[in-house]
Amino acid sequence: MNFFAIIGRFTLNALAALGRLTLFAGQALGHLARPPFFIRNISQQILTIGYFSLPVVGLTALFTGAALAQQIYVGSARFNAESTMAAVVVIAIVRELGPVLGGLMVAGRVSSAMAAEIGTMRVTEQIDALVTLSTDPYKYLVVPRLIAGVITLPFLVAVANIIGVFGGFLVATQRLGFNAGNYLSVTMNFLEATDIVSSLVKAAVFGFIIALMGSYHGYHSSGGAQGVGRATTDAVVSAFILILLANLIITIMVFGS
Amino acid sequence: MKDTPKIALDGVKKRFGSKVVLDGVTLNIAKGESLVVIGGSGTGKSVLLKCILGLLKPEEGSIHIDGENTLTRSGKSRREQMARFGMLFQGAALFDSLPVWENVAFGLMKAHGVKRKDARDIALEKLGRVGLSEDVGALFPDELSGGMKKRVGLARAIAADPDIIFFDEPTTGLDPIMSDIINDLIVESVRDLGATTITITHDMASARKIAHSIAMLHKGQIIWQGSQDDVDNSGNAYVEQFIHGRAEGPIKMAVRKG
Repeated sequence: MNFFAIIGRFTLNALAALGRLTLFAGQALGHLARPPFFIRNISQQILTIGYFSLPVVGLTALFTGAALAQQIYVGSARFNAESTMAAVVVIAIVRELGPVLGGLMVAGRVSSAMAAEIGTMRVTEQIDALVTLSTDPYKYLVVPRLIAGVITLPFLVAVANIIGVFGGFLVATQRLGFNAGNYLSVTMNFLEATDIVSSLVKAAVFGFIIALMGSYHGYHSSGGAQGVGRATTDAVVSAFILILLANLIITIMVFGS
Repeated sequence: MKDTPKIALDGVKKRFGSKVVLDGVTLNIAKGESLVVIGGSGTGKSVLLKCILGLLKPEEGSIHIDGENTLTRSGKSRREQMARFGMLFQGAALFDSLPVWENVAFGLMKAHGVKRKDARDIALEKLGRVGLSEDVGALFPDELSGGMKKRVGLARAIAADPDIIFFDEPTTGLDPIMSDIINDLIVESVRDLGATTITITHDMASARKIAHSIAMLHKGQIIWQGSQDDVDNSGNAYVEQFIHGRAEGPIKMAVRKG
């Protein structure tokens, strides 16, 4: 096949996919403010996304914070700058690692589950059944997931930040001989309101991305079990990439100047 | 003056990409009539049903229900029309996350604003109509056999006493006895409700039991339509081959889907 034809086809497909995603997001957002609201579905999704993700997010934050503290100590010791460790750990965790790793872990756990559930509903005609029962699938399936994602992720990331800093604190005080009071004092002094706000804003954006990707790929899945499998993979991969891209954009917007 | 048909399709065309699935379907279904559309796999039967239901939009033609064009309806008007429909899906399409009674009561609660407790009572009554006990109401769909799922699907389809009911391959995947039970339930339910029905199937035993009239769809076109009594003397080689299930004849089965 002609090289330019391949590039052309790829570009057209990519633009078509972007168009479909934009329409999907637009339609879902259009339903956000209009009743009926399926409160039970929203509560169920908050439980699924938030509560059941706590262990994996917490453990990720704990181990990352601990490893980060160890690495920063080793690196900063070369310049006799060990005292900066607490500041670097808290800034790195709250600004970047807490939201990004939390978002990625939840994306891996939740986007895939959403895509699989909605995809199965698509291939078994349950979504068609919703329509025939006068229920809008966007309102019943997509909107509750988007709302739950945007509400829940900031809470999860706030918990991840605290546990991540605690992981660094544990290594610093139990292994590296730091004074607990001094460590916490430096941590609090270097943490600014902008860090916390940007962290939570990132989390809300990541929550939206996770729910949107899971719902979108599930909703458009076709071709039976294989199609649902493909939707699941696509949901996770696209959520990962968009989370990292959104993180970069927000970081540049907030801290770039 | 001639009565307005309950459902009227005129020149309905639907294509997916370059593949023409419905190629100018024209059909009239009278109020209270039970029409069965027969045809081989991949001839466009499900697409026809989805076009009438509004799940797919045809590129050409018109679909009128009670004289009103359904293709121009949207939003609330569309939902109101949908609330008058009942649909039994091929695989029942029950919601996995909800217990059986809530599956049956779903449309009552969401489309008709019936309170949860009242909807539950109606759902249990409808389950009884299709031969399922109250205990079944508490089960989840993955705890049911194929035949029970079809019964629950039927209970859901008739829950809101619709005036039009669609049946998509109601007996596919069931043993002959369960197929006959489902057919009887369909006939009883339709008779009790006085509903107009469209059934698509390739099960001739089912068609003979359910139908007042039969139409045959082949390559996206209605190639024969007549009363159930006439199907054995249709004089149409395609219908003859299909109802007798012969490999030899004018119909060449497509190997690929669509």
